[in-house]
Amino acid sequence: MPRGFEADINEADAAQRWRDFSTYMSRWGDRFIQHVESLLGEELQSKIVRLGRQVNEIGIDPFGFDPQSARYLLALAALMHRRYFRTEVQGISGLPQGRVMLVANHSGQVPIDGMLLGASLILDAEPPRLPRSMVEKWSAQLPFVSMLFARSGQVVGSPENARRLLENDETLLVFPEGARGIAKPFERRYQLEPFGNGFMRLALATHTPIVPVAIIGGEEQYPSIANLGGLAKLLRMPSFPIIPQLFFGMWMPLPTRYRIHFGEAITFQGDPDDEDAVIEEKVWVVRSTIQGMLHRGLQERRSIFF
Amino acid sequence: MNDAFDSSFPSRPARARRTSLSARPQPREGAILVTGICGRLGQLLARSLHRDDQVVGIDRRDFWSKPKDVVHHRIDLRRKKTQDIFRSTPLRAVVHLGVLHDPRASDREHHSWNIVAFQKLLDFVAQYEIPKLIVLSSANVYGPQPDNPQFLSEDAPLLGAQSFRGIRDLVELDMLAQSFFWRHPHTETVILRPCHILGRVRNAASNYLRLERPITLLGFDPMVQFIHERDVIAAIRLALEPGHRGIFNLRGPGELPLSKVFRVLGRRQLPLPRWMAGVALERLWRYHLMSFPAPELDHIRYVCMVDDRRAREVLGFKPSYGLEATLRAVDSDL
Repeated sequence: MPRGFEADINEADAAQRWRDFSTYMSRWGDRFIQHVESLLGEELQSKIVRLGRQVNEIGIDPFGFDPQSARYLLALAALMHRRYFRTEVQGISGLPQGRVMLVANHSGQVPIDGMLLGASLILDAEPPRLPRSMVEKWSAQLPFVSMLFARSGQVVGSPENARRLLENDETLLVFPEGARGIAKPFERRYQLEPFGNGFMRLALATHTPIVPVAIIGGEEQYPSIANLGGLAKLLRMPSFPIIPQLFFGMWMPLPTRYRIHFGEAITFQGDPDDEDAVIEEKVWVVRSTIQGMLHRGLQERRSIFF
Repeated sequence: MNDAFDSSFPSRPARARRTSLSARPQPREGAILVTGICGRLGQLLARSLHRDDQVVGIDRRDFWSKPKDVVHHRIDLRRKKTQDIFRSTPLRAVVHLGVLHDPRASDREHHSWNIVAFQKLLDFVAQYEIPKLIVLSSANVYGPQPDNPQFLSEDAPLLGAQSFRGIRDLVELDMLAQSFFWRHPHTETVILRPCHILGRVRNAASNYLRLERPITLLGFDPMVQFIHERDVIAAIRLALEPGHRGIFNLRGPGELPLSKVFRVLGRRQLPLPRWMAGVALERLWRYHLMSFPAPELDHIRYVCMVDDRRAREVLGFKPSYGLEATLRAVDSDL
């Protein structure tokens, strides 16, 4: 059925309004990035360019990383990294070139530690690296979160994905504690949960050096007093923490000072299909290294907030 | 399982029975039987093959503007006459494109068409010792899942029917072809699993991209892969070469987020929350106002993308259409 002339005009009008709106939004976004850049006194956009991603003709890499939208996220992360959490980064210059697996402790109810670790890899590492964290599968079912993770280059944590990324010589962020680690209540802060073995088998199979990373400061951002496992299962969530500060309307995490300690790279040798006991021994080495780094870092820390 | 699909079978000694004249390096004798030849892909395949090969088609529809040298039998695949074609025509290959995927059709129709008819076809292929069988399956048999790896290889489980019953028989068809592969090593069975095919074809993916205001899910923007219909034809032609067997995923020129697809095509999307889209689509579907069943929403929610390493390395397949050309193919005039 041929449409009326007026309908055409309305359609064109709406399309024009939409275009105006998106130009307005992107202009606002660019201005935000410029503000952040002048506030922090460092170049953000050039860092993204220097990541040097392989993108297709539309400008997207195969895992969904989009440099155009990642700019805004980087500006936001940089603001948190430099100003809000004032992260101290140690030992990042010792990162080996090429493929590497960063194994870190997980904490703080919301994966801000992952974001800051990622920000430090882009902003503090030389040359900047694109962090690829293995995110919880559950996040793929969440609106906006799934989109945000994909556009910033984060990947659903499956062994196939990890292997593919490592074979492309990428930087992998692994939190072997997974959801158990992030949902710890405050009383068990800085005590590592048991690690899975998958990351070690993968590192052995792909000959990837493992860099242990200790992240301090995450546990105090959202102190949780309990974790309601039953309710979480009912809501099909990995955990349901009770965070008192939220009842007082404090939605932002507490401005603790983050400290990220990069350890020395360890390259393990062995058969990736070995028995669990043999793999667990190697995992234990990584876990105790991180635990030791955490203890040392906590002793050195004078204040949670400064 | 997948490794075994590589060419581990000894290749057949050049069909001694019917090839007394086999001095030529590549014997071209024997026709190619195409089922579902009147579909868009079938017509394209017939046009691309008929100059070099004799093409025989089976379809109950009409073949408008058929090339003169193509033989079209206007019969139902389930008819007895299908066997007469096998009996009377020496065949070099069978290409099975006649797969029914119409969510409106009944389960019975689906089963009788996709399973019973296909089984009959397989029996004939075995009985008349056809050297090559090509089945066009689809990457949808893997199914979109939240925990899918970014790229599925050929040995990934076929979970497509888990959340969408409508494609149960397509998964079964793929499985039937796989078991045929094992039971009849003398026939080189090729199963192609292309990602969403775009072009003038009337499939769900192309129809969706043709919508003026396509519904999307608020907050979801999965990566998608598309392949041009002519690239699929090129892959079928490559698979027709003797020596190729096994399962091949076909990936198009690249992957991109759904929102970028609409930006390239100049469509304005209509983002709805998932629950609302689910309810709305179910209603629209029930009252025949929309041709997309609600479970298909998973395709615009989760990733279902394939790894085509095997097709590239073994078949030597390389898509010739770029990303933008592939997308724009849905708008090309009929």
